[in-house]
Amino acid sequence: MTRRYRLAAFAIWLALVAVLAGIIARSQFTADMSVFLPRNPTPEQRLLVDQLRDGMVSRLILVGISGGDADQRAKVSQSMAGRLHGDTRFASVNNGEAGHLAADQRWLFDNRYLLSPAVTPEHFSVDGLRAALRDTLDLLASPAGMLAKPLVTRDPTGELMTLLQQLDAGSQPARDPAHGVWVTRDGKTALMLALTRATGADIDAQEAAMGALTAAFDAARGSGAEAAALRLEMTGPGVFAVESRATIKREVERIAALGTALVIGFLLLIYRSLPVLLLGMLPVVSGALAGIVAVSLGFGVVHGLTLGFGTTLIGEAVDYAIYLFVQSSNRQDDDAAERSAFWPTIRLGLLTSVAGFVALLASGFPGLAQLGLYSIAGLITAVLVTRFLLPALLPADFRLRDVTPLGRRLAALAAAAGRLRWLVVVLAAASAAVVAAKHDGLWNSELLALSPVPASAQALDMRLRTEMGAPDVRYLVVVDGIDTDATLRAVEALAPRLDALRAEGVIAAWDGPTRYLPSLATQQARRASLPPRAELARRLEAATAGLPLRAERLTPFLDEVDAARERPPLTLQGMTGTSLALAVEAMLIHTGHGVRALLPLRAPEDGSDLIDATRVRAALAATGDGAQPLVLDLKQESDALYAGYLDEAITLSLGGVAAVIVLLLVFLRSPVQVLRVILPLAAAVLVVTAGLALAGKQLILLHLVGMLLIVAVGSNYTLFFIRADGSLPGPRTLASLLFANLTTVCGFGLLAFSDVPVLQAIGITVGPGAVLALVFSAMLGTHGRRHPALAETAA
Amino acid sequence: MIRYLLAPLLLALATALSALALPAQATAAWDLGQLMQALAGNGGGRVRFTETRHLALLDAPLVATGELVYVAPARLERHTETPVRETMVLDGDTLSLDREGRSHTLKLRDYPEAAALIESIRATLAGDRKTLERTYALSLSGSATQWALDLLPSDPAVAKVVLRIRVTGNRGMVRGVEIQQADGDRSVMRIEPPAR
Repeated sequence: MTRRYRLAAFAIWLALVAVLAGIIARSQFTADMSVFLPRNPTPEQRLLVDQLRDGMVSRLILVGISGGDADQRAKVSQSMAGRLHGDTRFASVNNGEAGHLAADQRWLFDNRYLLSPAVTPEHFSVDGLRAALRDTLDLLASPAGMLAKPLVTRDPTGELMTLLQQLDAGSQPARDPAHGVWVTRDGKTALMLALTRATGADIDAQEAAMGALTAAFDAARGSGAEAAALRLEMTGPGVFAVESRATIKREVERIAALGTALVIGFLLLIYRSLPVLLLGMLPVVSGALAGIVAVSLGFGVVHGLTLGFGTTLIGEAVDYAIYLFVQSSNRQDDDAAERSAFWPTIRLGLLTSVAGFVALLASGFPGLAQLGLYSIAGLITAVLVTRFLLPALLPADFRLRDVTPLGRRLAALAAAAGRLRWLVVVLAAASAAVVAAKHDGLWNSELLALSPVPASAQALDMRLRTEMGAPDVRYLVVVDGIDTDATLRAVEALAPRLDALRAEGVIAAWDGPTRYLPSLATQQARRASLPPRAELARRLEAATAGLPLRAERLTPFLDEVDAARERPPLTLQGMTGTSLALAVEAMLIHTGHGVRALLPLRAPEDGSDLIDATRVRAALAATGDGAQPLVLDLKQESDALYAGYLDEAITLSLGGVAAVIVLLLVFLRSPVQVLRVILPLAAAVLVVTAGLALAGKQLILLHLVGMLLIVAVGSNYTLFFIRADGSLPGPRTLASLLFANLTTVCGFGLLAFSDVPVLQAIGITVGPGAVLALVFSAMLGTHGRRHPALAETAA
Repeated sequence: MIRYLLAPLLLALATALSALALPAQATAAWDLGQLMQALAGNGGGRVRFTETRHLALLDAPLVATGELVYVAPARLERHTETPVRETMVLDGDTLSLDREGRSHTLKLRDYPEAAALIESIRATLAGDRKTLERTYALSLSGSATQWALDLLPSDPAVAKVVLRIRVTGNRGMVRGVEIQQADGDRSVMRIEPPAR
């Protein structure tokens, strides 16, 4: 190898790295949820992702203050709410104190004639007034009448009562008797509800909001011994996102650092040379750069997940350098056959790995497709660097410690293991039986399974949510219109059918923006129902004849109706300052094509918490006027979305396996040889799957990725072991296989101890799987015969 | 608003019910101690009532009739029959109102003043004079055959709503509850002797 070649190789590599780095510098990185969108989403799927990303529910932070005594908790709650009310990061902060409620009720009272569905021309006829007054008198005779009494002269027709009855959600949290702040039923936690302005997908903004809450809490509790007893708990989609990001980052960093340290320490032990170690890292680093660039060019953006997992996936690249180094040392060794077979074996191993990852690339799930592309580009680059750059950079007198003695011992072990080949068959058959028996519950098809949120955080969320009566919107009716008013009119058109569904008990309740913001036409119609003052006075005179309530006492009512007639039409802007504005904003979303209304449905309280979505769909579709409303079951949609990916990934993986087999057939040209390559890998995957099933684990998408990795990494082992003559590989090759295997287990095995389910899934699959693949390869790869060279030395 | 208004109606309900099924006492003397003792022995029962409300707003009083039921120790029911059918039930901490097919449920702990009143009423039912005297000044007048127990709120929160409550009776029977509200309105409940 000439000096010129070396310089040229190094220069080309440097130039390539510079280009890659240049592209990466311009690449876009994202943590956007739309990575979960299929390439051709249905309207339901798009809406689902929109909801996850920036629906109102995604912006809620539920806050619990626990510890200390009730008095301290209430004071902290009040102080925090006071501090945060002016904070622009929050659209609202509510702790149950009456101030907010009073503003809402005043607004409702002032605008009751535009809001009340009871307001019609008939309602204000003599007969209508008389009937309404009779109702009011009946109410006054009732225990509940005490509530109505102070407002009777201003609202004798009971419009506010009608509105309040509509609003009665019945799910307000409990209040602390002494301070009026929300508390849990056991009284041990003060509750608060914060709605951020930023969407739930804006993780940085969510983090800032959490920081503001924490700062307000710290300031509110002050210092001192009793302050230490108080604790702040937060939950909600945004909080989950922030915590997940932090956890994954922390875990990946921790595990990567630990894994890297282990691998480096281990390699140092073998290489005994820092320069060689650094050389050994070149393929991985180059591969990672190439992977990022490929994804950036192929997809436009690189997802954070891809970066996190991708680098783990091409950990295989470390192996190539190990194989090369071990082969390249001890040049005096005259096993030419061994060396001549080296690169073709690596090449075939690479091709099978790539075939596996092509399966990921073909996925409709961009997250998986990015991983596939990243791995393919990364692996190919790593092999190219190993093949053309590393030999050029290796010092002429490169020498590893002699691993031949270790290799000999391994050969003896492998030969002995070969006699246990029946054990592989038994294990594989037993595993196949286990997998077949547990087949039904083997895969977890809920999107939640991918959630990095630990169970304890989910339990806290459930607890606070239940106590708060916070919306966990699952069922939605979606109505579109070209502008706000058109959408409001469309919702009003649907209202009778939704009311009918409620009357039938299909749904317990529904909500819509028109409850607080009727369409202009409806507002105008209601206003037109209000008679002029003189006319109303005349009708009132007639209507009160014979009733104990005399018309002259009702002058305030005439004033109120006059005022209502003068009031400007209701708009969203005019609602500012009430929590009702938030409710309306949450239900009206501006889209690229107009305004979309989201009407949450509440499930009947029959214990199942389920709505018969088919019936709702049928009832709402029975009109044929204009655009059809969509009926969404968000949980079903998200699970279906994920189940679709899972099905697709399984199919693609099987396709990948088929591609690997074809590839092997082409290169090995012997079905028997192919079988011998495939068998140990299949057995390893089966045993790992059975082990997971026996441990009661349900498989998720990332277990599948792990299995692909077993095949990708393991194919290198089997290809080295499978020789046409059935002999064992040379001692140095055996040693390098062991080293490669140990680094893989170091790298992936650590993931198995992660708290993050997705990381753990990969680790728990690949760690044991890689070891099994090597052991099974050794057991099945030979006919129990030793390497000829070895047999001689042993003899 | 709601919390101030809730108090008297609960009081009216509960005080009336507290008088149900009092054991008739043959003792000639009649003092607060004996009344409390009689109340403590309260088991429960069912009576008819007529309630008349005098509101300044109206030219004529409003009249409601129906049945009261007390189930010891904590369930009180008011079944109004006229002018409209409705049912109000206080069970433990929960107050529910069924009216024209609509049901409303309140938790007393959400209304601290009402909760304070209810505790007083529970004390009345239990004959717990000590607790009762935390909220009211008690004065008993008349004879055993025609007595009147005046409750004057000493708790300012209660006093904002109620000026005076007068419970009248004949030996162990409560025959009437009259509530004078702070705003000048007044309600009088007449209770018929329980059918035995």
